[in-house]
Amino acid sequence: MNDTLRESYDVVVIGAGLAGMTAANTIARAGHSVLLVEQHYKLGGLATWFHRKGGHIFDISLHGFPVGMIKSCRRYWTAEIADSIVQLKHIRFDNPMFSLETTFTREDFSKLLFERFRIPAENVTGFFDAARAMSHLDDQAYTTRRLFEKFFPGRQDVVRLLMEPITYANGSTLEDPALTYGIVFSNFMSKGVYTFQGGSDRLIRLMRDDMRKNGVDIRFACEVQKVHVERRKVAGVTLDGRRIGCRAVVSNANLLGTIFQLVGEEQFDKDFLEEARAVRLNNSSTQVYMALKPGETLDENVCGDLLFSSTAPEFRTDMLLSRAITSRTYSFYYPRTRPGHDRCYAVASTNANYADWADLPPDEYEAGKRNLIETTLEGISKYVPDFREKLAYSEAATPKTFERYTKHWGGASFGTKFEGLAVSRSLPERIAGLYHAGSVGIIMSGWLGAMNYGVIVANDVDAFLMKI
Amino acid sequence: MTAAEIKEAVLEILSDIAPDEDLSNLKEDVSFREQLEMDSMDFLDIVMELRKRYRIQIPEEEYPALASMKSTVEYLEPRMTEVAKKQ
Repeated sequence: MNDTLRESYDVVVIGAGLAGMTAANTIARAGHSVLLVEQHYKLGGLATWFHRKGGHIFDISLHGFPVGMIKSCRRYWTAEIADSIVQLKHIRFDNPMFSLETTFTREDFSKLLFERFRIPAENVTGFFDAARAMSHLDDQAYTTRRLFEKFFPGRQDVVRLLMEPITYANGSTLEDPALTYGIVFSNFMSKGVYTFQGGSDRLIRLMRDDMRKNGVDIRFACEVQKVHVERRKVAGVTLDGRRIGCRAVVSNANLLGTIFQLVGEEQFDKDFLEEARAVRLNNSSTQVYMALKPGETLDENVCGDLLFSSTAPEFRTDMLLSRAITSRTYSFYYPRTRPGHDRCYAVASTNANYADWADLPPDEYEAGKRNLIETTLEGISKYVPDFREKLAYSEAATPKTFERYTKHWGGASFGTKFEGLAVSRSLPERIAGLYHAGSVGIIMSGWLGAMNYGVIVANDVDAFLMKI
Repeated sequence: MTAAEIKEAVLEILSDIAPDEDLSNLKEDVSFREQLEMDSMDFLDIVMELRKRYRIQIPEEEYPALASMKSTVEYLEPRMTEVAKKQ
């Protein structure tokens, strides 16, 4: 396969996650030669899916596109991709504090907060406007907890309603900078939540086709071992032992892996390395995948599309990470998500600490996975009492699974905390031609954040290549 | 390019970026943000298109110059005197 590889490219993109693919496509459209390499045997990163015997197909993270995905897909990908984004109509919350359904729009949240939670209208408007006005330049010391205290003092239930979906989407907590919350909230919880008709496999196939059309040279199941730097400039990469020249590298690998492994600390000064070491990775996740038998259905009026479910009496982010799981987000997939496919299936997601899973002996690890499946089936039976009878197949993923497939340090499923953004952005100041585009800083994470960050970095790369 | 040609070029880029917006009543001295539903990605797209179509480099600290049609044309005019109009 490597026979047709060229000796050099303008740009090598390492990693075919959403940010890597979008950067590769945008740079290629600007007229540069691009090689995109992915270590896994398929493209997409965490925008992925898998097949299991019996005709089951599971999507990892398909439900939960923010509305901005329509515009970004139309502009940076194709109209066909943008036109396949469809709204999820039934978003539900169920916990000891409240049980409700919402369309996930500013209007509906405002109405709920005013009528049901009895919050004064000016606080509701003030909160939405404050969130909308936030930017990455705001004071980092101002936390999401303080933002909530300002507008909804003492209202744990409101915090839960407004925070739980964001924690599901990007792993952030009440202690993270309010600006990260404001930006993500304004994108995610203002104009509905969406999914992709045809499944992750169709999305990634359409993206692959567009990249090929634009001339991106795509290789998967091959790994970059090293990024070569000469006189503080990117000179090339080693790909499966073979040297390939390039003028710029966009790494869509984990930020810390990029600095300490692919480039190597000998290439950076002490102060920068210190700054990089201080970057905190976000937590990892667990998922349980459950496929129903052919012909078995779920009641959409009961399950909805997304269900934020918890048995915890109050909302605490430390509890969300515990192996004693009390909160799960269920994504329910009906045949209409994949026209032509007749199955219903459910994916339960939780946040998780890598350390809780990393060092378990094999038998305890397997028992942990079985327990994860069992407790999830128990949890779901509250909504679908005969779920076990309908079930054809189940499987669990842990932080170790995320680590194995993405090679992310710590199995991080949401990139880094806020400080990672500045480190990612400053790489080209350290080494000419070295860029990073991937989940960082909370705001550049998730479907929309990763895609737009790919474009932002592609713009920098295009400007850099024009200068030299 | 003349100021009028630059304005036309910017309008063309805007209509590609925001195909659903009505640009016929765009006021020159009022910011784009106030008249169109534009976010920071939209401004980045203008920067990328200017570079692609006319090879104009706009450094990030100068993005605020693109606030309105008037400021954009004033900013671009001295930088685009040598640029030929796109056919």
